[in-house]
Amino acid sequence: MNIDTNTVVSISPGLRLQFEKAQDTWVLLYPEGMVKLNQSASEIMQRCDGERKLSDVVKLLEKDFEQTGLEPDVLSFVEHALEQKWVELRNE
Amino acid sequence: MNNPASSTNTAISKPGPPLWLLAELTYRCPLHCAFCYNPIGFDQVDQELDTQGWIKTLREARELGSVQVGFSGGEPMLRPDLEELVAEARSLGYYTNLLTSGVGLTAERAKALKEAGLDHVQLSFQDSTKELNDFLSNTKTFDLKNKVAAIIKDNNWPMVLNCVIHRMNIDYVDKIIELALDLGAETLELANTQFYSWAKLNRDSLLPSREQIEKAEAVTGRYREKYGDKISIIFVVPDYYEHRPKKCMNGWGNVFLTITPDGTALPCHTARMLPGLEFPNVKEHSVSDVWYESEGFNRYRGKGWMKEPCRSCPEQDDDLGGCRCQAYMLTGDPNAADPVCDKSEHRSVVDEAVAKAQDNIAAEAHPLVFRDPKESKRLSAGKDGANVLLPS
Ligand code: SF4
Ligand code: SF4
Repeated sequence: MNIDTNTVVSISPGLRLQFEKAQDTWVLLYPEGMVKLNQSASEIMQRCDGERKLSDVVKLLEKDFEQTGLEPDVLSFVEHALEQKWVELRNE
Repeated sequence: MNNPASSTNTAISKPGPPLWLLAELTYRCPLHCAFCYNPIGFDQVDQELDTQGWIKTLREARELGSVQVGFSGGEPMLRPDLEELVAEARSLGYYTNLLTSGVGLTAERAKALKEAGLDHVQLSFQDSTKELNDFLSNTKTFDLKNKVAAIIKDNNWPMVLNCVIHRMNIDYVDKIIELALDLGAETLELANTQFYSWAKLNRDSLLPSREQIEKAEAVTGRYREKYGDKISIIFVVPDYYEHRPKKCMNGWGNVFLTITPDGTALPCHTARMLPGLEFPNVKEHSVSDVWYESEGFNRYRGKGWMKEPCRSCPEQDDDLGGCRCQAYMLTGDPNAADPVCDKSEHRSVVDEAVAKAQDNIAAEAHPLVFRDPKESKRLSAGKDGANVLLPS
């Protein structure tokens, strides 16, 4: 899949991302179910706010974690998240 | 634990939180499904938890880490405080699911539920009428589902359609799938009847034949190929046709906590039938005590309770011995292997039911017993109220 980094990513309607104290982890909630996110997945998802372009999500992560070259990792996660219908893409 | 050998090496680690809270708000229901999972003696339960009782339960369970809550029943729309409970649950951080037959879900109440923060509606497509054969052509049911599905869409809720599948409707899965597509459901659960309570009474009439199941699976497969991007279709074969039992509730007291209308806490909604077990009530105990300390929840946690063939079975982590209620109902022994397992010495009871299901005449000879208060009274006469589940 070729994902255009100019698109905006948002969490799919009906799903909710939240931090769970009892499990000490970020989870994604959907009808009658839940996935626990690992750290990098949760950092990416938290920045997919429905406003930012994918390229800006990458930039923000690189800034916050003082790293470069994160794009391939982010894209491969977003691809997975799209398959799972966790997120949606929108052209601006 | 009266076997010293097992008690020395079964250090039970602390269980995780009850992630899934099922709030059975009421046993009252306008429908009369012949496969109803409510206890046979539901009519004897008249003391429903009040609003404050539910709010206390929601708070305490959330504190322990519950994160999904399902409001079910009976028909939860019959509780006028549903909106208040949803609002409380949502503000506590739950993902809130409503499991309804759609009866009573008007546009007005839907709006109020939306404002309360309801996250999702699971609409069950079950037949309210006694003419089961008219299942799909019954216009009353059809109009209602149509209307409710539109209301769900209008409120942007994700829609899961749930249809209980049995001998009398399994030949129409294509129509059911078409309907789900028309209604715009994202998920369709074709849930084969589980044979407890009312469905157990009606088992001979409800268990499909092998041929019916194979046909339905093939049809489902074809629709999946064609419409896989639009709808996800879940089809589960009845466990009677399997050789290994299901891992019931994903493990006893592992993630599921059911609170029945009167406040009794159960590891699954049929557990009350098990002999010699007491289940605590949230009116008298905190949810934490219920979940971590009660004998009812601890008895079948893990594997310490197992006997042969489960005890030395290499597959014990896969299914944890199956369902305790099914073991009890079909073998009379709640510690036995679930007789669906072909290692069980009682597998023959399952085989007999399956053999009967291949024979149309035998299967159709039984009149259906419909769930209603009158039958509930009749069947549980002289027995001890809600504990009545009539093991065969
Ligand atoms: S299974 Fe049918 S009768 Fe039983 S509670 Fe559900 S809708 Fe009501
Ligand atoms: S013997 Fe018991 S543990 Fe082994 S597969 Fe059968 S039910 Fe499961």
